Amino acid sequence: MISRLTAITLNTFREAVRDRVLYNLILFVLLLVASAPLFGQISIGMERLILVNVGLSSISLFGVIIAIFIGIGLVSKEMEKKTLYTILSRPVRRWEFILGKYLGLVMTLVVNTALMTAGFYIALLITNGLHKTDALLLVAIYFTVLQFLIVTALTILFSTFSSPIFSAIFAFALFVIGTFAEDLKNFAAISKGAAKLLATAAAYVMPNFASLNVIAQAAHDQGVGSGLILFNTLYALLYSASAVAAAVLIFERRNLK
Amino acid sequence: MTSNRKATVICALLLVVFFAGTVLSRSQVEKLRGKEVTLEEVLYMPSGKTVKRMSLGYSSLLADIYWTRAVQYFGDKLNRRSMRYDLLYPLLDITTDLDPHLIVAYEFGSLFLSQQPPEGAGQPEKAVALVEKGIRENPSYWRLYFTLGFIHYLDRRDYKAAGNAFLKGSEVPGALPWMKVMAARMAEHGDDRSTAVYLWKAVYDTSIDPQVKDTAVLHLTSLRAEADIEQLEQHVKVYHERTGALPSRWLDMVRAGILPGLPQDPNGAEYKLLPNGTVDVQDPSKYRFLERSHKK
Amino acid sequence: MFAIEIQGLSKDYAVGFWKKQFRPALKPLNLAVRTGETFGFLGPNGAGKTTTLKLLMGIVSPTSGTATILGKSFQDPEVKRRIGFLPEQPYFYDYLSAPELLDYYARLSGVPRERRNPKIDELLKRVGLADVGDRQLRKFSKGMLQRVGIAQAIIHDPEVIFLDEPMSGLDPLGRHEVRELIQGLKDDGKTIFFSTHILSDAEALCDRVAVIHKGELRGVGAINDIRTSVAGRSEVIWDGAHALPAVSGSLIESHITGETVRGIAHSENIDSLLDQLRRQRARLISVTPLHGTLEEYFLAKTSEQEKVIS
Repeated sequence: MISRLTAITLNTFREAVRDRVLYNLILFVLLLVASAPLFGQISIGMERLILVNVGLSSISLFGVIIAIFIGIGLVSKEMEKKTLYTILSRPVRRWEFILGKYLGLVMTLVVNTALMTAGFYIALLITNGLHKTDALLLVAIYFTVLQFLIVTALTILFSTFSSPIFSAIFAFALFVIGTFAEDLKNFAAISKGAAKLLATAAAYVMPNFASLNVIAQAAHDQGVGSGLILFNTLYALLYSASAVAAAVLIFERRNLK
Repeated sequence: MTSNRKATVICALLLVVFFAGTVLSRSQVEKLRGKEVTLEEVLYMPSGKTVKRMSLGYSSLLADIYWTRAVQYFGDKLNRRSMRYDLLYPLLDITTDLDPHLIVAYEFGSLFLSQQPPEGAGQPEKAVALVEKGIRENPSYWRLYFTLGFIHYLDRRDYKAAGNAFLKGSEVPGALPWMKVMAARMAEHGDDRSTAVYLWKAVYDTSIDPQVKDTAVLHLTSLRAEADIEQLEQHVKVYHERTGALPSRWLDMVRAGILPGLPQDPNGAEYKLLPNGTVDVQDPSKYRFLERSHKK
Repeated sequence: MFAIEIQGLSKDYAVGFWKKQFRPALKPLNLAVRTGETFGFLGPNGAGKTTTLKLLMGIVSPTSGTATILGKSFQDPEVKRRIGFLPEQPYFYDYLSAPELLDYYARLSGVPRERRNPKIDELLKRVGLADVGDRQLRKFSKGMLQRVGIAQAIIHDPEVIFLDEPMSGLDPLGRHEVRELIQGLKDDGKTIFFSTHILSDAEALCDRVAVIHKGELRGVGAINDIRTSVAGRSEVIWDGAHALPAVSGSLIESHITGETVRGIAHSENIDSLLDQLRRQRARLISVTPLHGTLEEYFLAKTSEQEKVIS
């Protein structure tokens, strides 16, 4: 079971790594980071702030784009090319397939983020030199990775029952809604009666990306408590696990044409 | 049970357990973060204009979200009788940057800002800045001049500026005629209670928002109580001159023929006669804008 | 001993969005393939061949019926270690090289680490791709891809091999190569079940064939019978295995699949055979005169409109 899971995970990772689109995105991010000092020239004294904001935001945004862009194809491409048949005719369980695909994409994103982070710190070193407070930025990047876990899981969930384009739209919509998760809860708090119950339930079903976005705080050297790191990690892991479980649930019952 | 069905059942169970876990961990996260972390991001924003550029054309939707955040923030602070409203102005500023034509944000926002804590942020200068921004963006909306004049009058006691605002507003096509009356009253008797009553009546009559109407009623009852108290204290003085002693209860004054009956406040409760001859309302919480009561 | 026994397997697909209607893709199918046999599954496009294979591979779930492969339920994960499958015109992972692809499939099939590399080398040699090196599959020709496809189907030394249209889309040379490969597997003693609509391939390779048309089994026969039979032999199919002892005297040969019996008899014995079957209360399904060539047989089977039912 473990060897089949790792085989699928590694193959998914390999597919992403050999995809040229991925390199374009990474190149784009590196260019963005490299050009950040130019932004800094425009507003004097804000060099580091702008570099941090631009760098962290692009790491997050491009990670999400990669997660969705690759995630929508993970299942549908295997169906379209009939490679799924050659997998399911082997002693591979369907849940192993889904979980392996998920872990493969997560691995891709982690490696990607590590590369982009390295580029980002190099840019930081060149422009400002490294300081103690720069370690705080790692927490922001870690939270970004937690966001990727959720986005990837949601994308795979959608791709088990809808077309790639719709999966992308759904996943991106949830990402946007999730950044306003706390406003959603506020709306729920204002409403009354049955509507309140429904809205509160909806608020909890929607992912919460708001508390996973600490870029602004990090840019202003504000620390993040260890309790928050712990529970955010727990939340992201459980939420992604729920989405993957739902994906398996749908995929187990699906007739593959 | 086939392996397929077994996997389905296990997955369904895991889904339930995991989801319950997300709810628990999320409430922990929210408890740890506190309510204002998301709101505090406004402190880091270079300006609402930047946010608007980044909102990809959905700025009015974003404005609605920020407006809701401002209302929530204000309501929350109000409930807790807070004395600090640090984030209110930045929230309103971003809201109105995103949607310069969101009139409610100027009208209510400036009221939230101008009133003294704990009823409001106690920042009349910022309220003036907000309304002036609103007037710049919506010059044909005369009611903003009224709001501006109102803040100058009520919270800044700057009758000249208030009169100017009313006058300018009255020149906007479509402005109701009493704006001119306001301007005139500001010039003649800025400090009059009757002016204040007139102003709040105008607010009550022209506003369609129940919350604003309620506030206007509160102000009007407070003003009436204020007038009553002044008059009653005058009568106490008369009693003192006649008898050489202070009355210990209202009945003393009724018997002396000074009062026709037991004096009642606008809410139907009896006024309080204090041993030193001054008068107060029974329940100050019903007269939040009663200045005398606050001074004590 | 049967390697594959299909018992009443059927599949209806739901069509339409609002009003669900069920279109039968495969009517209840009974079929048995002997161990070591090369079995051709013939039928025009859309006859239900691929549906049958997808059902057997557990890719779609059957509406009714079941099947056993190597004596175990076809849904048993254990069975999947011992079977190999090549889908119709697969595209494979074109970012991989042939050795990488085979390594991936070997892992999925649970081939032990120490056996993987020698096995991959051996297979690449066997399918004539020993010299492709690290070239990615995207640069492969169709014939090369099909050979890789056969290699992945046998990487784990399966006992039963399912091939869906292994020769389609290939040029004559490619077809010849694939045919040679299948012949090699046959010589190794593997049970091979392959679907095709190309009769000459079936005629060259198969021990027996089945003809399927419009989701319905139309006939099963040994190639030798079909090829060597002269006019004067007929195929009789009926339900009711209990009747077999009583009529076996009139039969040249017979096969039983569940309750369904397929017998071959000389035409002069047909009348008495049918009488006996009627007396035994067996349910007669069809009586078909056998033809000289597979093509004639195929055409006769696919042009029958309804089953002959007494």
